[in-house]
Amino acid sequence: MSTELTRYTISIYSENNVGLLNRISAIFLKRHINIESLTTSLSEIPDVFRFVIVVMVTEPQVQKLVQQIEKQVDVIKAFYHTDEETIFLETALYKVKTNFLFEERQIQNYIKESHASIVTVAPEFFVIEKTGFRHETDKLREQLTPFGLLQFVRSGRISVSKAPMGISEILNSFKENLT
Amino acid sequence: MSEKLHISGAEAVIRCLLAEGVDLIYGYPGGAIMPVYDELYKFQDQLNHVLTRHEQGATHAAQGYARTSGKVGVAVATSGPGATNLITGIADAQIDSTPLVCITGQVAAHLLGSDAFQETDIIGISTPVTKWNYQITRAEEIPEIMAKAFYIARSGRPGPVLIDITKDAQFATFDYSYKKCTGVRSYRAVPKLDQAQVQAAAAAINGAKKPLIVWGQGVILGEAEAAFKAFVEKTQIPAAWTILGLSALETDHPLNKGMVGMHGNYAPNLLTQECDVLIAIGMRFDDRVTGRLDAYAKQAKVVHLEIDPAEINKNVHADYPVLANCKESLEALTPLVETKKLDTWMARFDELYAKEYEAVIEKDLKPSKEGLTMGEVMVEINNASKSDAVIVTDVGQHQMVACRYASFVRSKSNVTSGGLGTMGFALPAAIGAKMGAPDRHVVAVIGDGGYQMTIQELGTIFQTGVGVKIVVLNNNFLGMVRQWQQLFFDKRYASTEMTNPDFVTIAKGYHIPAKKVTAREDLAGAVEEMLATEGPYFLEVVVEKEDNVFPMIPTGASLTEIRLN
Repeated sequence: MSTELTRYTISIYSENNVGLLNRISAIFLKRHINIESLTTSLSEIPDVFRFVIVVMVTEPQVQKLVQQIEKQVDVIKAFYHTDEETIFLETALYKVKTNFLFEERQIQNYIKESHASIVTVAPEFFVIEKTGFRHETDKLREQLTPFGLLQFVRSGRISVSKAPMGISEILNSFKENLT
Repeated sequence: MSEKLHISGAEAVIRCLLAEGVDLIYGYPGGAIMPVYDELYKFQDQLNHVLTRHEQGATHAAQGYARTSGKVGVAVATSGPGATNLITGIADAQIDSTPLVCITGQVAAHLLGSDAFQETDIIGISTPVTKWNYQITRAEEIPEIMAKAFYIARSGRPGPVLIDITKDAQFATFDYSYKKCTGVRSYRAVPKLDQAQVQAAAAAINGAKKPLIVWGQGVILGEAEAAFKAFVEKTQIPAAWTILGLSALETDHPLNKGMVGMHGNYAPNLLTQECDVLIAIGMRFDDRVTGRLDAYAKQAKVVHLEIDPAEINKNVHADYPVLANCKESLEALTPLVETKKLDTWMARFDELYAKEYEAVIEKDLKPSKEGLTMGEVMVEINNASKSDAVIVTDVGQHQMVACRYASFVRSKSNVTSGGLGTMGFALPAAIGAKMGAPDRHVVAVIGDGGYQMTIQELGTIFQTGVGVKIVVLNNNFLGMVRQWQQLFFDKRYASTEMTNPDFVTIAKGYHIPAKKVTAREDLAGAVEEMLATEGPYFLEVVVEKEDNVFPMIPTGASLTEIRLN
């Protein structure tokens, strides 16, 4: 098993309970592992919540993390995947002074080349949205920085696995827990 | 069964406890839990509340009760400091898999987050050390959450659950009905036994020439003692225990080869490094058991019978994992395993035991020097109790000596703080242990350091009259730390020597009969008198100041480096 530091995406299906985020992040804290990004949302199943957590760890570490996460009472199932095993994206927003949009043609080129889109244009500022890989949103950030980027923000990773996760089957098998 | 009643949240808490079969709880009142205490007053003929002298004592007492009775221990406290004082006991219960339900009061829901008087985020604080926790802000939630709390605490691998109830939810009234919890959607308490895993494990065991069993508390928690004994006796494989597995198999069973780990027995530790198949049953490969992990049992194939999937491959790779309650897996495994003739292998245990006896055990149990040893005190307790006492220990040298030399004839007889190593555990835990096993002798063996960490629980013993026998082995040192200072820090005894009070006078202040023994000829008589006395008794035994506990595997060393002196 690889003991090299690798970027893993941990996907967690859980109940939607107050405090579960704290309980899950405590598992990382206890092992002194930094979370690169964390996103929570609804999943494809009503009442089932989904976490997507990105960490740089070794495979034995990520296996143990997933075991500890799954052990939590409110967690239905947890998985880990490498980048190759998932489809993943992040979204970034860039706020720039409006006058640059008209005075610096280069900005329009950057927007076109990067397949970014303009979300809004106000008299004082305009906002660009770019969804893609980390290096793509980073590149646009570097390109826009000379123009005095007013604000920059990037979401955590969202990802779906290439292989099925079979949560409905797992939930069905859990029905026997409720005899 | 359901009853329709319009009652307060506080009364509902009591009725939920009664519905779960609880008749004894430990706790300490305070502002945010007063509505519950008011109901306790009304229900005192059905639910006995033991007032400990500190909330930590309530959790340890609940642990002791759970460990000897096999039931869920319950501890109650108020918000803020009452709740935070529970944390040490909760952490201890978490790491030692003890079923507890802790109930804390909380400020009213509208005050949450306002830094109100005695407000603390006990859910946040307790999250890393609980199996589950929940904050109730509406009375209507109480029955379902209480039912879930008991189910989660006792099912699967047991553990502590904390329920925090805001004061307004205790006051509010609602239509109460109670339904026991039989499952939680996202929680699989016990993995389903996989017959293929059982067969693979059986084949590995049948192929073994030098097998060794190491068992832990899973055997006791899984009520698997009989199944375990049947497995051991059928296979004739030598078996050794972790500190929490102690007493699951009687001490003088010919296949019981003693304790593994840092101060465990010489033979099972060294032969862990020689066995070809290591059969781990309901244990978790703690670092105090394995020593240096990358040198632990490298030659062996590992069979691991375990209820908690997170323990598989956590520290030691399992070649043959069997996931289930170990009672179920052992009952499935025993018919598939063959009886072994292991004469040469068994002879290795005898040979190494003889070495340990000569180098360590004889000196501990039959000392020729003047000073008393902790070991000979244990011998007298064994003799006087006919090896049928519950022994409750704290943490340190006395704990290692007690576990090494206490002898047992039945299970659930060893109560100690294993994983967390909580000094101050024993005195309150002994209170609970005695209440959980009222017909048995319960002897708390405690060092002079740990005794003073929860000494105020003498007040609980006095008030309840609970018949706990307290033996303080006094060497006027924090002995285990002193031993390490001697061996690894060139005898720089930094803050380990203790100037102690007159313990006998203190016990007598609580009207507990008390005696101090300093000479060997008085020891046996004093122990007999202690056990013959009705009710509580305090016995201080002054032992040699600078005795060390051996064998010893230094931290970070492999089992092969075990020292006899």
